[in-house]
Amino acid sequence: MKHTLSVLVENKPGVLTRVAGLFARRGFNIESLVVAETENPLVSRMTITVDEEDHTVEQVGKQLHKLINVLKITDLDPAGSVERELLLLKVKADAQSRSEIMQIVEIFRAKIVDVSSAVIIIEMTGTRDKVSAFMELMKPFGVVELMRTGRMAMSRGKRPT
Amino acid sequence: MKAADVILEALKREGVDTIFGFPGGVLLSLYDAIYDSDIKHILARHEQGAGHAADGYARASGKVGVCLATSGPGATNLVTPIANAYMDSVPMVAITGQVSRHLIGLDSFQEADVTGITLPIVKHSYLVKDAAILPRIIREAFYIAGTGRPGPVVIDIPVDVTKEEMEYDPKVLPAMDLPGYKPTVKGHPKQVKEAARLIAKAERPMIYAGGGVITAEASHELRELALRGRIPVTTTLIGKGAFPEDHDLSMGMLGMHGTQYANYAMSRADLVIAVGVRFGDRVTGNIAAFAPEAKFIHVDLDPAEISKNVTVDVPIVGDAKKVLTDLLIEVEKLGLSPDSHLPWTEQVEGWKRDHPLVAKVSEDGEIIPEVAVRKIWEVSRGEAVVCTEVGQNQMWAALHYLSRHPRRFISSGGLGTMGFGFPAAIGAQVACPDALVLDIAGDGSFQMTIQELATAVQFCLPVKVCILNNQYLGMVRQWQELFWNKRYSQTCVECQPDFVKVAEAYGAEGYRATRTEELEEVLRTAFASDRPAVIDIRVKREANVFPMIPAGGSVHDMMEREP
Repeated sequence: MKHTLSVLVENKPGVLTRVAGLFARRGFNIESLVVAETENPLVSRMTITVDEEDHTVEQVGKQLHKLINVLKITDLDPAGSVERELLLLKVKADAQSRSEIMQIVEIFRAKIVDVSSAVIIIEMTGTRDKVSAFMELMKPFGVVELMRTGRMAMSRGKRPT
Repeated sequence: MKAADVILEALKREGVDTIFGFPGGVLLSLYDAIYDSDIKHILARHEQGAGHAADGYARASGKVGVCLATSGPGATNLVTPIANAYMDSVPMVAITGQVSRHLIGLDSFQEADVTGITLPIVKHSYLVKDAAILPRIIREAFYIAGTGRPGPVVIDIPVDVTKEEMEYDPKVLPAMDLPGYKPTVKGHPKQVKEAARLIAKAERPMIYAGGGVITAEASHELRELALRGRIPVTTTLIGKGAFPEDHDLSMGMLGMHGTQYANYAMSRADLVIAVGVRFGDRVTGNIAAFAPEAKFIHVDLDPAEISKNVTVDVPIVGDAKKVLTDLLIEVEKLGLSPDSHLPWTEQVEGWKRDHPLVAKVSEDGEIIPEVAVRKIWEVSRGEAVVCTEVGQNQMWAALHYLSRHPRRFISSGGLGTMGFGFPAAIGAQVACPDALVLDIAGDGSFQMTIQELATAVQFCLPVKVCILNNQYLGMVRQWQELFWNKRYSQTCVECQPDFVKVAEAYGAEGYRATRTEELEEVLRTAFASDRPAVIDIRVKREANVFPMIPAGGSVHDMMEREP
């Protein structure tokens, strides 16, 4: 089952290596990982997606807790949190296909951020499923290159994640 | 003040009286400071020896052990001791020199990414890029190493940092900055009550105690609990001495080479009270068949150990001493008494009587290793600090040298490091200058760190190395005999030095015993000497360690004696 772990860590050199190393050493597979500073520059947040059994994820959490630089870990409940991913996609677009692509972009509330004679770059955000659905629709046009950030998530309501 | 002097001052404030180390280029400034310091420096002959000595010192004393090595190869030679301390949860601070800050990352001479290399085997590590934070880092390192579940902490210090001039006021205690480190110590009261309830109503309880009891100094409380309900106690290798092994409730060690009665009792128990243990594979074997009828209470300081290997019924995260103290109050309320589990206690005692450990003197005078260990026990009156190497010698020592007190049996459990015992014994002798310190060794293991004889001689540390010499890498040979059709691939090591002469060449004493009747005299003479000694005990070459449960097996697969 997929789990999204939101991990607050001290913003210090080497912390990412410690976290990533822990996953590797204990044989846990990271599906996606997003890291950036939070509102407090001394603290970073890592959003880590793993596809593991509940028992394994519990063990991951406990092992993470033992890292001295890890401050807090939340296993986000999908219903109780908002999840987003950012996608940048470069797709072939000639005069014929361009308008059709633009329609799909419209429907998905994505954005065209760069246009050249043969390709366009589209930016979109959404849940993982939405991003995947959009990618599927773009495939027939000829995807030149795509990048996705991996999942970020924030818990709903007053309490911080 | 020079940063190198600050380092030593900060170490002194942490109570450090001894450092085990080996100098090198980037440590010149630090060693220059050591020249005038009142901290004792024990010069090992290899960094691995320094690391294991710090480990042995820590285990024997309960204090944080400190080792020191230079950059590059010096530091990589510490990798094994650091991993060893990590696996057995030993408090250690390893200080390594590093190349100058501006040379880091340029593949400079004797450069190694030590914090990177040691990442998976440390509790925490620091690369100190600013002298000003040294006092705080040193304070944090000792706090992290010695509290919670102990472990090794590496402090990597670039040479130019050690040469900096800085302000230092020994009266100012630097504030620690560890927002993410809060070891839990007190067990949850509701869980403790539930544990007490299970203990009171159990019919066949067993205590399974490990190193956590020794670390928490909870032997007294453990004994109280065992006596209060007459609950049999089995320990892990690292837990040896947590409960007096000559007590009638002691079942000795459990697991792969555990006693028959400990393993029988675990297989029939309806409640296992696990304290400071991690359900390691050498203990459980086939995890599905481990204590199949039992509910589990698991007391451990490390939440990650709870339900890691077995699913437990009552997890209690906390310090063993505090939890057991609370537990004693609760079981008292429930009226736990020595008769509470009477038929069971009698059954277990029956197993102990009917399946004792065997150490039978050979009629032809050949020395049987078990007999040798029992003789060592007898001559040392069971009061020595015993370190072991790894392999058959270790298991024979664990089974036949009954430990009465905590911190008196020191062995490499988790990592299984050959060459650990002798330097560890050197460290233990530094920690316990008046004790008789032994290394029960194998001829293979001892040769891995034999150079430390020079250390023992130089610092007048009268460690006694008792080699159970069978001219084999015995444990591997045993497996080859039992499971690989006696194909003794690379385990026959008849080509070996004359250990008596080696000892003498180093300035230590050398002894040899080849027949059972010589043993006592040789041991008495060697143990009475105030100098380090090597005792080459020629044992029956193809003796095996029994009982044995093959890897991944259960009590049903136990081999009781020679087939």
